[in-house]
Amino acid sequence: MREVNIGPASEFADPGRKIVAFENFEVGVFKVGGAFYAYLNHCPHMGGPACQGKIIPKVDEVIAPDRTSKGFEFSKTQLNVVCPWHGFEFDIRTGKHAGHSKARLRPMKVRVESGDVVLTVPDAREQPVAEAAEA
Amino acid sequence: MLERTPPQFREVQEITMQTDTRDILAHATRQAESFEDYFLVDIDAHVTETSFWPEILESIDNEVIRQMGQAIAGRPGSGNVALLNAQPGILYQHAYGRIPHQQALLEKVDNKSVHHFVELARRSMDALGLDYQVVFPTPMLTLGMHPQDDIEAAVGAAYNKWLVERILPQDERLKGMIYLPFNTPEACVEEVNKYAGNKSVIGYSVVSTRNKPVHHNSYMKLYATMEETGKPFSFHSGFNWNDPSFLQLNRFISMHALSFVHYSLIHMTNWIINGIPERFPKLKVLWIESGLAWIPYLMQRLDHEYQMRTCEAPMLKKLPSDYMRDMFYTSQPLEKTNLKLLQATMEAFNADTQLLYASDWPHWDFDAPSSITTIPFLSDQAKRNILGLNAARLFNLDVKRMRPKARDVLAARPGVS
Repeated sequence: MREVNIGPASEFADPGRKIVAFENFEVGVFKVGGAFYAYLNHCPHMGGPACQGKIIPKVDEVIAPDRTSKGFEFSKTQLNVVCPWHGFEFDIRTGKHAGHSKARLRPMKVRVESGDVVLTVPDAREQPVAEAAEA
Repeated sequence: MLERTPPQFREVQEITMQTDTRDILAHATRQAESFEDYFLVDIDAHVTETSFWPEILESIDNEVIRQMGQAIAGRPGSGNVALLNAQPGILYQHAYGRIPHQQALLEKVDNKSVHHFVELARRSMDALGLDYQVVFPTPMLTLGMHPQDDIEAAVGAAYNKWLVERILPQDERLKGMIYLPFNTPEACVEEVNKYAGNKSVIGYSVVSTRNKPVHHNSYMKLYATMEETGKPFSFHSGFNWNDPSFLQLNRFISMHALSFVHYSLIHMTNWIINGIPERFPKLKVLWIESGLAWIPYLMQRLDHEYQMRTCEAPMLKKLPSDYMRDMFYTSQPLEKTNLKLLQATMEAFNADTQLLYASDWPHWDFDAPSSITTIPFLSDQAKRNILGLNAARLFNLDVKRMRPKARDVLAARPGVS
């Protein structure tokens, strides 16, 4: 493994992201609520570029106490990134699929040091493996 | 060791409607490096023909219908929907912007030496690692439900003319299965006769979204005509939210999941129970875009009832499932959430010889070739058959490499992954 400085933390919007490409893989680095999260840019469904998709809140359905539906609303707490190939949606804070927790993005180590975002990634000769072959 | 300078990475950007197809599919290109020596045929990809709608309107033979179409197209907002019965306001396939390539391919195209669509198709073929690709329309998949038969016939014929005269001659890797305006059987015969001898036209297709019984006597001349040409006949399924049963379904996911299969179930049932395979034993039939899970369901259901009610299907000389095993199927959208069920499904209809890979690119539920290469129980030969050799056999295609190497495709896109 190696550590790579990908730039000042101040360059990140919140919410925001940077997708960095190495020899044969990419990593999506996200900032949400002041915290950083990083994942291999590889969808567990079909290998799509999951971190390069739309960032959008999870959709919830509002159910009243009498169990009738009151329609949809955007979550106030959960922000997802959507794989642009097929729409698989992942919680940016956990990497888990919004509706199927066994499908998840592979997390990568990320930290802030002296104001810079530092990512721990496999060495060039290593081939990173996705978290799950098939969701 | 903390790397500070120089940076050991490149930045890549969010994928949007403006992203180049080769960049959207870069991961598929990387996957394609692992099956570089396979022969690959994509039986079902799509053009958004409404992006080029003025070209198709001007191809309408009937001068009155052409004038009607062009007049409608002159109305603001109607330029790409004139004469069509699609409902653009409720086309939700792109999941409300979550899947940009389904929204639109608005990437920059500098190559003006070929038609804009041909350049887009080349990018997808190169990126997915395809030697050949068969082109189908998109909004016209619902044209079978058009209230006016003469409009279906005129628009269908205009699309065929546009495809065969303007698109297919520009790249030998692109092939077509012409649109049959099935609500007018005699017009279908005319289209078959018109293009049967064209080498780029490898077959004929009916969009399945319609309420016409395929066993009706009015179609027998069409089936005989197609059978004589030796080229296959396909049913390309689609969705129709206006079907009375489906009006109960309140979400696109629900309607979409059922509707494609619904039409395949109905047409296949009529096709077999009325003995069409016995009447046209040399007509090769292909079922496109309903996935695979419906096949063993219908095989079991029909076999079960046929043995009790043989008197209602006297043309049959074997079980319905035997006829289904004689036919061909495309893979997309491949149901893969339960591999045991997938294996049983593939065995049920002899997928090794009867299944043909299809991408459905650029639609939202497309399958990359890796959808086949990653199936653990398939032999290498079965994968090769499904990805290209079965198609070569069915469509009489030359098995020769037509695509660039995956690593060259990736190398041609510096700065992106």
